[in-house]
Amino acid sequence: MSRFLFPRWIDSLVPVLAIAGAVVPLYAVFIVAYGFSPKSLEKGYQPIQPVPFSHARHAGELGLDCRYCHSTVERSWFAAVPSTQVCMNCHTQIRKGSPLLAPVKSSYESGMPIEWIKVHKLPDYAYFDHSAHVNRGVSCVECHGRVDQMAVVTRVKPLSMGWCLECHRDPIDRLRPVSKITTLSWDQNTQMTREEREGIARLYHITPSENCSTCHR
Amino acid sequence: MSSSQIDVRNRGFIDTDNTGDTPGRRATLVLNMHRFHDVTQQVCRIAEAKRAPVAWYVAFAISLAMVSMLGFCVLYLFFTGVGVWGLNNPVMWAFDITNFVFWVGIGHAGTLISAILFLFRQKWRTGINRFAEAMTIFAVICAGLFPGIHVGRVWLVYWLFPIPNQMELWPQFRSPLLWDVFAVSTYFTVSAVFWYVGMIPDLATLRDRAKGRIQQMAYGLFSLGWRGSMRHWHRYEVAYLLLAALATPLVLSVHSVVSFDFAVSQLPGWHTTIFPPYFVAGAIFSGFAMVVTLAVPARELFGLKDLITLRHLDNMNKIILVTGCMVGYAYSMEFFIAWYSGALYEKFAFMNRAFGQYWWAYLIMVSCNVITPQLFWFKRMRTSIPIMFVLSLVVNIGMWFERYVIIVSSLANDFLPTSWGGFIPTWVDICTMTGAFGLFGVCFLLFCRYLPMVALAEIKAIMPEADPHREHPQ
Repeated sequence: MSRFLFPRWIDSLVPVLAIAGAVVPLYAVFIVAYGFSPKSLEKGYQPIQPVPFSHARHAGELGLDCRYCHSTVERSWFAAVPSTQVCMNCHTQIRKGSPLLAPVKSSYESGMPIEWIKVHKLPDYAYFDHSAHVNRGVSCVECHGRVDQMAVVTRVKPLSMGWCLECHRDPIDRLRPVSKITTLSWDQNTQMTREEREGIARLYHITPSENCSTCHR
Repeated sequence: MSSSQIDVRNRGFIDTDNTGDTPGRRATLVLNMHRFHDVTQQVCRIAEAKRAPVAWYVAFAISLAMVSMLGFCVLYLFFTGVGVWGLNNPVMWAFDITNFVFWVGIGHAGTLISAILFLFRQKWRTGINRFAEAMTIFAVICAGLFPGIHVGRVWLVYWLFPIPNQMELWPQFRSPLLWDVFAVSTYFTVSAVFWYVGMIPDLATLRDRAKGRIQQMAYGLFSLGWRGSMRHWHRYEVAYLLLAALATPLVLSVHSVVSFDFAVSQLPGWHTTIFPPYFVAGAIFSGFAMVVTLAVPARELFGLKDLITLRHLDNMNKIILVTGCMVGYAYSMEFFIAWYSGALYEKFAFMNRAFGQYWWAYLIMVSCNVITPQLFWFKRMRTSIPIMFVLSLVVNIGMWFERYVIIVSSLANDFLPTSWGGFIPTWVDICTMTGAFGLFGVCFLLFCRYLPMVALAEIKAIMPEADPHREHPQ
């Protein structure tokens, strides 16, 4: 009876298997924690828009207030994307012949809206109210970053659930006076003390909820 | 034939019946054999045969068809949603969790046989432990299927485990549903390791006897270079003992945790302290019934009647009788406490269970689990193959209905009459349940065909020939 045995070098695979056995579950956890996260999947999203509109030019250099175009932000859950007519308030006078404005012009003439691509998109099962935030001292910059410096709008924050919760658990450092809400270059952490920010929290009755149904209604 | 073999043959009796008890002499557990080689031959020839018995092919084809049906039902469920089941409000658990508890319960006999009977030195366990353990593992696979597919959005099933994630959400650590995840996965891991470690020497036997290169490689790979040296045996025995000790608490803990799924909630009919021991007894009860259901045809089909003897079956039937009585006691104690508590809803829940809309299920449960097993008081019943086979099937059916009664009747009629409802299974419910039996069947049939169904090395150690002092009893 000949006994079948594998060659001796097979034993050198044992440590490899042991390491693989230990590393694979850790890797799976890592994939779930980071690979499935908007930090990896969504941050840095920068689609090419139908019109090469530069926020850096308009909100930065020219100093237009965010609310000139996104006019409903203080009254609605939704920060309106301006209609072509809003653009044409100025552009019937300024740079009328620019080829960059051709799609705006044709939209104005045909009445068909420009199909802007949404950059900061939340899933349908998450409810977010702009007015609840901007009226109580949370600046645009906290979620959208320095849009006044972006030639092309980019998603700089992950907008993940954990990221929302970080602020809902400790909102003090993200609060500022409502008067500074659209001043994106203003930083409450250098301009104010923590005590002052706590004062704002008391003033606006900031007690953010961590209840599921706050956002998933 | 060498002289030592002749010597061995001429000593002692050759037993053909071991159901009796002779004072001063332990019953033989291996019949009609005196040589170790005969045992090896009997078990290994199943895996070495070119063709399996015709019945094996028939059973395998049926099981395979049932598995395809299961696959279809599961895909249909994934693409459509849990609405394809008959679940509703208020009955939001029905066939899915019934099947889960049923299959987890089945597994318990394997662990009891392999671990507890091992620690108590019950030598008869060696005849049946290997395939009872295999049954455990396949049953836990079937059990794991149901919670996995009933979650609705199956692509998020990893949320069952506490893994760091972008939502910064964790499972509810105070929920028994999470404890269940840990209990069942631990149970599966320990059972699988225990089963595999115990099988290594026997896989090496198959490797050494194998003729073909593929068989040699396959058995060789899984026997991990076992050569049967003294050092190997020493470490093997230590590891086996440790694993038995590890598995022992699981016999009690796993089904206790499963019972917490119900007992920790506030629903009348679920919220009872008797549940953990009652579930464990029921699990062992149903598990042994399943072992008998499988052992009877397997020993017939593969010619293992000398290794899995009538005495083994008799012993298991005694355990079925004992645990059946425990379950019966639990049923009556539930009623007593419901009355004694004076709690209106508790009393209603139990009256409703026996006489409400699910009276027929309750009747099946009591008659199958409490009344018919009483036949096992008689030795003629315990040692009659047809009777024990039918009774074991009856117990399996009864235990399935026990879980159905507990889950559905409690949910259907709870505190508020306006929210009362009922449950009617859909064809998907029924086909999924049937398909799970097919999954179990495929796994078990493959195991019977290609792996050593009886623990060769261990069973040799309980033959009288293994004891050099057997002629000088103390």
